[in-house]
Amino acid sequence: MQTNALITMLVVQITVTFFTIRFFYTILKKPDVKGDSYVEDEIKNDD
Amino acid sequence: MVQKEAWGSRVGLILAMAGNAVGLGNFLRFPVQAINNGGGSFIIPYLVCFLLMGIPLLWIEWSVGRFGGKSGHHSTPFILDKMDKRRIWKYIGVFGIFTNLGVAAYYCYIESWTLSYLIHSLVGSFDNLTQLEVANFFKHYTNMDKSTFGIPYESVVIYILCLALNTYILSRGLKGVEKAAKIGMPLLIIFGIILAVKGLTLGSSGASAEFPDANAFDGLNFLWTVNFDSIWDFKVWFAAAGQIFFTLSVGMGTIQCYASYVKSKDDIALNGLSAGFMNEFVEIVLGSLIVIPIAAGYLGLDWVKENAGFSMAFKTMPFLFEKWGPVLSNLSGFMWFGLLFFAGITSSLAMGTPWMGFMQDEYKWGRKKSALSFGLIILIIGLPTVLFYNYGVFDEYDYWAGTASLVVFAMLEVILFSWVFGIKKGWAEINEGADLKVPKIYKYIIWFVTPIMLIFVFLGSLFNPKNGDFKAAFISLKNNNGWPFDDGSIISQINMTSYKNALKNAVSAEDIEKAEKTINYVLFSRFLLIGLFLIISFLVYRAYIKNRKKHDLSTINSVK
Repeated sequence: MQTNALITMLVVQITVTFFTIRFFYTILKKPDVKGDSYVEDEIKNDD
Repeated sequence: MVQKEAWGSRVGLILAMAGNAVGLGNFLRFPVQAINNGGGSFIIPYLVCFLLMGIPLLWIEWSVGRFGGKSGHHSTPFILDKMDKRRIWKYIGVFGIFTNLGVAAYYCYIESWTLSYLIHSLVGSFDNLTQLEVANFFKHYTNMDKSTFGIPYESVVIYILCLALNTYILSRGLKGVEKAAKIGMPLLIIFGIILAVKGLTLGSSGASAEFPDANAFDGLNFLWTVNFDSIWDFKVWFAAAGQIFFTLSVGMGTIQCYASYVKSKDDIALNGLSAGFMNEFVEIVLGSLIVIPIAAGYLGLDWVKENAGFSMAFKTMPFLFEKWGPVLSNLSGFMWFGLLFFAGITSSLAMGTPWMGFMQDEYKWGRKKSALSFGLIILIIGLPTVLFYNYGVFDEYDYWAGTASLVVFAMLEVILFSWVFGIKKGWAEINEGADLKVPKIYKYIIWFVTPIMLIFVFLGSLFNPKNGDFKAAFISLKNNNGWPFDDGSIISQINMTSYKNALKNAVSAEDIEKAEKTINYVLFSRFLLIGLFLIISFLVYRAYIKNRKKHDLSTINSVK
C-alpha cells in the first residue's frame, strides 16, 4: 500500500476509533442513577 | 392500565440510536460514493460536513426530541407544534412519520434480501456458482420467475416473515427495540471487524488468470489517496454532504422519537455524539475495508470503478466469498449478510417507533395495536415494491420518501430550531444536563452554518445539473440553452424525465410495453405516497381538534 494513502487511512481511522471509544467509555463508566430515565423504578403506571 | 415507556439503560439507548443510524448505506453507499467522487478526495469534504452539518443536526434532533418528550409527545407533528404555535409546523412534522413509513416499506424488502441470502449462504446455495450465475440468482429472486428455495413467491414470503419479525419486536415496546440493538450491534461490529481484517490482508493473493492485476491494496490506495485538486469540486462537496446526511439518519423523525423518551435532566450532548461517532466508526473504519478492497482484490480496481453500486453486495460478494473455500465461504456469507441484516433491522425498528408513538400519544392505542397497525400499513404500501420491483416502484419510494423528504424536513426543522424557536432557547436545551462541555463555536454553527448548508443541499437537490456539473450548467444557461437538469434532480423526477426518455428510446414492442407499464406503476406509487401523507395529515388534524376541545373544556372547568 502506498505510504501517503496508508498515513491518511491510519490518521482518519485511528481518530474516529479513538473518539468512538472515548465517548462510549465515558458513558459506560458513569452508572445510571435514580432519577435518570433509564432506571426501572422511574417507570410509572398511568392510571 | 397504560405503562409509560422508558429506556432500560443508557447503553441500550446509545446502541439503539447507533443501530438506527447504522444501516446498509454504511457498508454499501459510503464506499460507492467515495469511488465515484475521486476516492481520497472525498474524505476531507466528508469529514468537514460531519463536523459542520452532521454533529449539529444530531444535537438539534436529540434536543428537539427531549423537548417534546417533556410534554408527553413522541412524534414530530406535536413536538414541532410545542416549539412554535403556528399551525403549519404540525403538518411539517407529518414528514417525521411519513418518511419512516415510506422508507420502511421498501427498506424491509432489502432487509428480507439479507435474511434470505444469509440462509442461502448457510445452506450453500452459492457453492460453485460463477459470477454470472450469482448475479442471475438475484435477478430470479426479485423477478420471482424462478424460486431459489423451491418456495413459490419466495421473495414475498420472506418479506412478510421479515415484517412479522419487526412487528413482533415493536409490539414489545422500547425494551424489544433495545434488546434487538444490544444483540445486533455488537454482532454487527464483530462480523465487520473479521471481514475488514480479511479485506486489509488480502493483498494480491486474489489475482487470477482473468484478472492478473487484481490487488486489494489498489482499492485502499484509491480510497485513501487525497487528491487536492478535486477538493475544490462542488460535486464532491455535494456528494459528501448527502452522504453525511443519509448515514446519520437525520431528517427522518426517528432520533426525535427515541430522544423523547429521555428526561429533561438526562444528557443528550454526549449521547448524541457517542451514537454519531459509533456510526462513523462502522462507516469509515469497517465500511471502507470490506467491499472495495475485497472486490478489487479479486476483480481489479478498474472493474470496481465500472461496477461500483449498491447491488454489488448481492450480485458480487457471494461469488467472491466462494474463493475462500467451502467452509469459510459459507461462514463469510453468513457474517456479511448477518451484519447487513442487523444493520437493517435495527434501522427498520426505529422507523416503526414514530408511528407507534403518535398513535399511543394522540389516540391512546396500546403497544400491540400500534405495532400491528404499523405492520399492516407497511404490508399494504410495501407489497407493490416487492411485486413491481422492476417497474420503478422501489426507486420511487426511495427517492421521495428516502431522499427528498429527508432534505426538506431537516432544512425546515433546523430553521425552526435556530430561527423560530430561537438559538438562545435551543442552545440552552442542548446544554441542559450535558455530560460534556459543548464548544461555544457550535452555537454559531447551528445558528448560521448548518441552515445555510442545508438550504444549499436542498437547492442542489432541486436544481442538480447534469452530472452535477454546475459550471457547464451556468455556461449553458448563459448561452440561452436552458438549465440542463440531471435525471436525479427533484425537478426532473417530478417531470418523470428518465421514464419518458426510456419510453421515447424504446424500440422493440417488449421495451415499449415495459416503459409504459413502468410509467403507470410509478404514477400508482406516487398516488400511494401522496395518499399516505394526506391520511397522516388528517390524523394529525383530528388529534389537534380533539386536544383543543379537551383543552377548552379544562379551561372552562377551571374558570368555574
